[in-house]
Amino acid sequence: MTDYLRADRGIASWLLTRDHKRIGVLFLVATGVALLVGGLFALFMRLELATPEATMIDEGSYNRLFTLHGVTMVWLFMIPAIPAGFGNFLLPIMIGAEDVAFPKLNLASFHVYVVGALVTLFGMLIGGADTGWTFYVPYAAGTPTAVIPILVGVFVLGWSSVITGLNFIVTVHTMRAEGIGWFDMPLFVWAIYATSIIQVLATPVLGMSLALVGLDAGFDLGVFDPERGGDPVLYQHLFWFYSHPAVYIMVLPAMGVVTETICTFARKNPLSYRAIAYSTLGIAFVGFLAWGHHMFTAGMSTFDAAAFGILSMLVSIFSAIKVFTWVGTLHRGAIHVSTPLAYVFAFLFLFVFGGMTGVAVATTSLDVHWHDTYFVVAHFHFIMVGGTLTAYLAALHYWFPKITGRRYSERAGLVGAVLVFVGFTTTFVPQFLLGNMGMPRRYATYPEQFAALNAMSTVGSWVLGLGLAWVLGVLAKALVAGARAGEDPWGSASFEWRTASPPPKHNFEAPPVLVGCYDYTGEADGEPEVRHA
Amino acid sequence: MEWLRELLFLPPGAGSMADDLDALHLVVIGTTMVGAAAVFAVALTSVVRWRRRRPGQRTARVTSPKAFEVGVALSLIVLFVGFWVVGYRQYVDIRRPPDDALTVHVVAKQWMWKFVGPGGRRAQGVLVVPRGRDVVLRLTSRDVIHSFFVPAFRLKQDVLPGRTTTMWFRAERAGTYPVFCAEYCGLDHSRMRAFVVALDPPAYARWLEGERVTQVAGLGARADVDVEVDSEGGEDMITRGRALASRYGCFACHTMDGQAHVGPTWRGLYGSTVQLASGETRVASDDYLTESMMEPEAQRVAGYDTVMPSYRGVLDATETAAIVELIRSLEDRGPAPAVDLPPTEVHEAAPDAGAPATRDGGTP
Repeated sequence: MTDYLRADRGIASWLLTRDHKRIGVLFLVATGVALLVGGLFALFMRLELATPEATMIDEGSYNRLFTLHGVTMVWLFMIPAIPAGFGNFLLPIMIGAEDVAFPKLNLASFHVYVVGALVTLFGMLIGGADTGWTFYVPYAAGTPTAVIPILVGVFVLGWSSVITGLNFIVTVHTMRAEGIGWFDMPLFVWAIYATSIIQVLATPVLGMSLALVGLDAGFDLGVFDPERGGDPVLYQHLFWFYSHPAVYIMVLPAMGVVTETICTFARKNPLSYRAIAYSTLGIAFVGFLAWGHHMFTAGMSTFDAAAFGILSMLVSIFSAIKVFTWVGTLHRGAIHVSTPLAYVFAFLFLFVFGGMTGVAVATTSLDVHWHDTYFVVAHFHFIMVGGTLTAYLAALHYWFPKITGRRYSERAGLVGAVLVFVGFTTTFVPQFLLGNMGMPRRYATYPEQFAALNAMSTVGSWVLGLGLAWVLGVLAKALVAGARAGEDPWGSASFEWRTASPPPKHNFEAPPVLVGCYDYTGEADGEPEVRHA
Repeated sequence: MEWLRELLFLPPGAGSMADDLDALHLVVIGTTMVGAAAVFAVALTSVVRWRRRRPGQRTARVTSPKAFEVGVALSLIVLFVGFWVVGYRQYVDIRRPPDDALTVHVVAKQWMWKFVGPGGRRAQGVLVVPRGRDVVLRLTSRDVIHSFFVPAFRLKQDVLPGRTTTMWFRAERAGTYPVFCAEYCGLDHSRMRAFVVALDPPAYARWLEGERVTQVAGLGARADVDVEVDSEGGEDMITRGRALASRYGCFACHTMDGQAHVGPTWRGLYGSTVQLASGETRVASDDYLTESMMEPEAQRVAGYDTVMPSYRGVLDATETAAIVELIRSLEDRGPAPAVDLPPTEVHEAAPDAGAPATRDGGTP
């Protein structure tokens, strides 16, 4: 039996592959590179911010740096990493399919991603933009920097996102193996499915908005130019109509990873399958209606603020239901603390505390102080970045044996998890306090009173950087010299572990029997169903 | 409460809303952080209590009772909606300026703040206000979006080109409070700083009479912001608006005394509801008046002809704001302004024909 890694040889067999697993691996490599690049930008920013005045780089360079950090992390890493990387690899296996519905389109989505990334990189190399990843007009339409290639790059990346989403939706609807109903699928599939819906519905709006900014910037069209009857706040509405749901493009797949990891390492069924599945759809739906909370200080009417405030609260209710279900799943489990579960606990910490600060900023009157300060920076780094990053690392360790067929060193893996967690919290907890003090975001220089907390945050960023470098080393070593994993090293009941690791080219050697992806009762025990105490 | 503020690194509050906002802040952050800690603690103890005791260990199937799920969701909804209700009431207070507030005009541009206060006193980088008095800021931008942020007041307001936004506060304590630009606006965004100087009423009176703020407030020691005060005083926004309206020929068609002419009179126009030619109604707000100067045909008042040209590209943001300010000063509710009759030569240029016989259908 040849696995998918050895089935074909040569660079072309990878770059032109139609195998969803190989495409998933390509995305994982590409997004991994993006994480490193975006992370280096971040380390450099934090280094500059260690002292109040501009030391290593001037303000103009700093403004470019935070823009490139945001663009790289959001569009090149967080949006595609889990759905296009792990989603591609796992989704067809998890529903017992041979591949996705449109394998050629799947490959095209990777090629489009690469083109988008190269155009963005080109924009960075010829000077980079200084608009922030939000491209707010009228500034973005008049900036002297190279905003147009970056806009085009992000526009192209959006296409990749739409194609991937479309492919997954059709795959889940039409390619589930015999006997796998909607409520028999691993919950990761639900997460990817809901994410795909957001990608398909929201991304075109981003494309349109960015195209209009590009036309304003390049051809002086004046769509958002108040001098000619345009409305810059309209742009903010259009932008956040995509970019708020985009937060859930990043975090819903992360939530899917968390569910899978908890069930496997606690050897437990989820406390409520339907609570997780429905709250996933709930977040995807309500996420579309909350965008206005990014504009509480832009001069919106008090009625609008009331509506967007309460809709934002609703998102937190769905998220809280998930958290309670995860914690309840641990109850009466058989928990083994391994590296993936350690990352899931880091996720829970960041998500629970960060999520609660989300309730705080959704409280309209409080947001007036926090808006556009470091509190918001810390909030979204906790919940969106921290959530996505820790879940990504959990997934990387959890499915590493599945993807590569090898095992990493568990002890070294745990050291990495601790470094990442300590580094992350040391970086961002001071930023919440900076926001309380009133330090606005996107500041190249700052008054003296913010110096101590900024220095602490910078030290934290070094620990985080060290942690990520450590993880890279551990996994690289495992890739070369790790022990063979065997089919199911974790003792998971989930469907993707019911085939060889790494899987054969067509996923399953024989038509598999796929029932009970969370069934850990075992025949011998035969305990009757018990209710939650 | 002061020690809690310090624990959270909140700067001492100095604005009228700061104490209420901080109280809600402490309740929301306190409740949610305790809740988060409790949830995380339960998760952590589960790891010990339910640790795996042997490699092949299996588990019983556990599901939650529906009542538990529904109960948890409902109690969270009650809590969060509670935050929302209180927060929204405060938000409404933040957004509605009191009627008799002192008006200061704020013009933002890359990368400085300019203020024009009562009596036409202009200042750059320093906003001088009397302590204990409601102050309403009317803000506009000459280029990109900025945001006027006073951490000590816990307030900020975006400042948009082509629009006037408002924000109000009452400084409860005399002092000097930093102002930051909170919306990224380009190269020197992080250096776009200013100060609010709240003076005790006697000191404020001295400042109004021409004394330099650096003397009044001892601001000379602060070197980190460009403070420039025009001690000569200058024309205020209304005077400027009148001069501009005259220069650009507005009085050819609009009057300030309530007489209908080629266009609607400006007297009593501000804040009234106007009947549009399209059949809709609009409140004559800053936005509406600005839009009508830039694009007269879009929201034309019923009963008037299409004769007004667009002033887009003719009037810049501050000029537009000055004319809006003039119209606002003619609001019915306000005290009767001293209206100088416009220069007569402008009237001569007005077309005689086409003047509508009736005033617009607006209700005051």
